[in-house]
Amino acid sequence: MKALTSDPLGIVITGVGGQGNVLMSQVLGRAFLAAGYSVTVGETYGLSQRGGAVLSQVRVTASGVLGPLIPENRADAIVSLEPLEALRVLPVYGHPGVTVITNDRPLLPLGVLSGQERYPAPEELKSSLAGLCGRLYWLPATAVASQLGNPILANLVMLGALLATGLVPLTPEQIDAALGDLFPAPKLALNHAALRQGLALAREG
Amino acid sequence: MSDLTRLTPGVAVLLQGNQALARGALEAGVALAAAYPGNPSSEILESLADSASSAGFHAEWSANEKVALESAAAVSFAGVRGLASMKQNGVNVCLDFIHNLAISGCRGGLVLVTCDDPSGVSSTNEEDARFVARLADLPLIEPATPAQCLALMKYAFELSEAIGQLVVLRSLSRLSHTRAAVTPGALPAGRPRPHWDPADPAQRWATLPVVPRHRVMKQKLQQAGQLMAQAGLNQYQGPERPELVIVASGSSVLYAREAIGLVDAAARVGLLSLAGTWPLPAEILAQRLANAGAVLFAEEIDPFIETEVKAWAAQQGGALAGLSFHGKADGSLPEVGELTPGLVAAALADSLGSPWRSVEAGYLERARATVETLAPVREVGFCPGCPHRASFWAIKQALAVDGRQGIVSGDIGCYTMGHRPTGFQRVNSVHCMGSGLGVASGLGQLKPQGFDQPVVAVVGDSTFYHAGLPALVNARWNQSDYLLIILDNSATAMTGFQPHPGTGLTASGQAGQAVELEKVCQALGLAVEVADPYDLEATQAAIYNAVRQGGLKVLILRRVCALVQGRRGGHPFKMRIDPAKCRGESCGCNRFCSRVFRCPGLYYDEKAGRAAIDEVVCVGCGVCRQICPAGAILAEGEGEAAA
Repeated sequence: MKALTSDPLGIVITGVGGQGNVLMSQVLGRAFLAAGYSVTVGETYGLSQRGGAVLSQVRVTASGVLGPLIPENRADAIVSLEPLEALRVLPVYGHPGVTVITNDRPLLPLGVLSGQERYPAPEELKSSLAGLCGRLYWLPATAVASQLGNPILANLVMLGALLATGLVPLTPEQIDAALGDLFPAPKLALNHAALRQGLALAREG
Repeated sequence: MSDLTRLTPGVAVLLQGNQALARGALEAGVALAAAYPGNPSSEILESLADSASSAGFHAEWSANEKVALESAAAVSFAGVRGLASMKQNGVNVCLDFIHNLAISGCRGGLVLVTCDDPSGVSSTNEEDARFVARLADLPLIEPATPAQCLALMKYAFELSEAIGQLVVLRSLSRLSHTRAAVTPGALPAGRPRPHWDPADPAQRWATLPVVPRHRVMKQKLQQAGQLMAQAGLNQYQGPERPELVIVASGSSVLYAREAIGLVDAAARVGLLSLAGTWPLPAEILAQRLANAGAVLFAEEIDPFIETEVKAWAAQQGGALAGLSFHGKADGSLPEVGELTPGLVAAALADSLGSPWRSVEAGYLERARATVETLAPVREVGFCPGCPHRASFWAIKQALAVDGRQGIVSGDIGCYTMGHRPTGFQRVNSVHCMGSGLGVASGLGQLKPQGFDQPVVAVVGDSTFYHAGLPALVNARWNQSDYLLIILDNSATAMTGFQPHPGTGLTASGQAGQAVELEKVCQALGLAVEVADPYDLEATQAAIYNAVRQGGLKVLILRRVCALVQGRRGGHPFKMRIDPAKCRGESCGCNRFCSRVFRCPGLYYDEKAGRAAIDEVVCVGCGVCRQICPAGAILAEGEGEAAA
């Protein structure tokens, strides 16, 4: 078992309902447990599944039992499947040194669709995020996933990117094994590919 | 979900709190588990249903929570173990039965799980259901971790059996949906054969005579307190003479432990972790609070323990009565919303006189200001392709054409969002399961007094069976005048697509006997029409005609939940915008499709100057092509070819 970069390690996974956020946290949680760490995964869903923001938290420690919530402003990494949601959680979980890894693909809130509110321009959003974190990864995860055949794979692309940050002491093979518990064999190859594309993408960026 | 009997005893696995509760019930040898779906509790019965055939017991989705608890109590009367699980609202539905059951008592272990929902993450309220323990003198158990969920579920059955009384186990949305390592124990080799001896006076489960039985009920609670103290459910950790003791239950135990670390106060502060909270654990409280300078209570939703401890301490007098108490009552912690480690840390630091911050103030101000300026709110909404969007669109249009300011009373489910922008704010009142029909029933009596607005009640298929039926019987009997619209999407969609009486499938996915909506309504002598909400024109006409004709009528809008359809192979169309027909700002429609219809799959592309389909989001239901005044939204696919 490799030492954690910080103990407890706290990873926030955020996005919009239906993006596969909860699954991501489960895969990560299983992989950490299999690697011998003590892990707690907190999931928020319910009404938020219906187009609202969804947030999971993965907390890891070498030993002991952690609560389901990362204390305010103490996340080590924020992984977001939607760029606006990365920004939204920063006042709650962010701090000047936090690592933010976000998909660049917007999903428009209802108020934006109806023209009552404005979605920020990508550059504006990107520079605001950069100014509020230590490291920013701004990645075309949905585009990569769509090329692989299904935009839902963006969650695995993002998980791959998280591995590239060096914050998570897990190998792609350990994630593969956790995926194997959750997916039928025919779907595994595509998930493995998405994970590796995310890893490469974040290393390039 | 999954069959939890397959877990290997002694090998730790990542289990959700709800799954751990289910595994605990399996290890306790439950003979019948029943529930009505309701987040955050739904996965308990789902897991049990998936395990029922391997473990050889009965698991069911019941028509409502009261029936679920009555069924569980019945098997307890017959000497075997019963479980009913529900969200906080469900406890209210059961309340009349609970209060009588507490007097009658029971035999086999009987446990009621309530999953309370601080901040109302998936609820219409944030009720604290622990009140039921005090109200009905029932033992109350509050686990803090998934591992405790398993262990304390087993204990709850033993305690119930030892005293012949219902035991309440309280979970929280956060705990129910937390995954952590849980080590399963062994499953029982067998179960006792159920038998109810009709000749045994000790097996007469009734409440009469009330007063002596009420006395027994009080004695059982006292006995429970002794047993819970012996079992060591409540633990203290910290210095012998602490400046302050945090008294915590549920997830707050973990927040409190973390808070002590965050403010670096382990040498000064003790933590009294309570897992058995009712009756109040007086012995350990007296022992641990007598040496403390102050007390901070950390518990979710109501100041239940806080209020009771303060009343108890006043009764004790002496040093206990003179303690300084902090919690929700003095504003140290917020009265509403969920607790967090940071909130508990801040309250602890304030009580110790040394303020604490989670991060430098400058960062927080900048981050908040940026979100405020840049981030539009993400309002909840119907999924792409949701039949409810189409239904509310039709209701809105039909009532607008009718022009008499129709009133719509709503109900509980995804379609509760009918009162939000996604449902065009067309729902005018929402309260609890089934209350939409009751409200309509009363409103539909006002015509003779000059109330000339049409009345419409909207209810989901599952909710109709849960609590709508008695209200409809009432309306029929008393000749109320309204249109009942049943949104039949063939699932209990909000909570995870569980089957209900109309689907005819049972919790384990076996064929049951379907109870058909049409036949139930027709049996009441009501005219029943069925329409497909995806067909906007026909649906609008059906609604308009019904409210124009008046009288009590039923319209079933039938179309499977879009998410269920997605699992069944998806919708038939590929949508696109015809650039020749969509003239953007020059059309005069003022972006009608995106501005008014508001499906997340359809947006206005500022750069192109016309509407666009978001191909990542759109599922291809084809409804939006009916709303474009220019006919610019095209549906390509087999459906169109056939048409």
